[in-house]
Amino acid sequence: MSHIEHILITVNGESQSVPAGASLAAVIANAQLAAETVATAVNGEFVPRNNRAARELLAGDAVFTFQAITGG
Amino acid sequence: MNFHIADVELSSRFFLGTSSYPSPQVLQQAIAASGAQVVTVGLKRQLAAATAPNGQATQNNFYQLIRQSGARLLPNTAGCRTAREAVTLAHMARELFGTHWIKLEVVGDEHTLQPDPFELLTATTELVRAGFEVFPYCTDDLVSCQRLLDAGCRILMPWGAPIGSGQGLINPYALRTLRARLPDVPLIVDAGIGCPSDAALAMELGFDAVLLNSAVALAHQPVQMAEAFKLGIESGRLAYEAGIMATQDMAVATTPVTGRPFL
Repeated sequence: MSHIEHILITVNGESQSVPAGASLAAVIANAQLAAETVATAVNGEFVPRNNRAARELLAGDAVFTFQAITGG
Repeated sequence: MNFHIADVELSSRFFLGTSSYPSPQVLQQAIAASGAQVVTVGLKRQLAAATAPNGQATQNNFYQLIRQSGARLLPNTAGCRTAREAVTLAHMARELFGTHWIKLEVVGDEHTLQPDPFELLTATTELVRAGFEVFPYCTDDLVSCQRLLDAGCRILMPWGAPIGSGQGLINPYALRTLRARLPDVPLIVDAGIGCPSDAALAMELGFDAVLLNSAVALAHQPVQMAEAFKLGIESGRLAYEAGIMATQDMAVATTPVTGRPFL
């Protein structure tokens, strides 16, 4: 039986265990967020929507998702 | 009369914020009553619960509602304290809202929410290079405003008073100075407006537009207040275009009598 290694990342400040090599797109999909309704950043750097699938997450990475809200 | 902001022709000089309304329906009605063609929106980091594995996807009806209003969106970078944060948020806003317009806010003081002129300039420089149309929320300091123009801003949005304070135009001299020294730059008074007469005054000073939020959203009747501001802004602009008489130190008789009536 193969053993899938997991790593710890944070998503919006909360610790999450994800398979090593998981992409940012996979984390967003796993949270059942519609990809086009959020903007994303990893470690404070913006990751455009088109780059999420290619963005492999590393242990300790801090993922943040942002949504549209009212504003002044 | 129509005017241009960042190559876009607008007929309304009223930019309206979308925050703090009693309900989405009231917001929708207030936008309609205001006649605003530009509304501000924001971004916020989602709560962890919203992004837990297999969690409940967050519904965002607000965005659909704003889209339906037909108004052009001006996303802000509220909450940012550094240029780096603001630049990152601006990129996110461009993707999420599909516009290169950004109301750039970088706050330097927690109590007054006063813009940080240094971080603002740094962020402006970077964002202009990246193709953004930067609407900087700035103070009324002439030299910092000139530096923002040097960095590539085509519009300035000096404060009237601290955000949400409703104090009106606390430094009309500084605003007059900006208008006089920067006659060709679109100037929008942003923040601090409390009542329609404040907005009318800004327009009478020759400002191109007014951006406000709390004064409408926190009114007992926001929809009615949106209309009141619409009329105040139109009135102030009409007066500016008509040419306001010069003030005099002493009385100047109006009625064309000849001397005293009985002599």
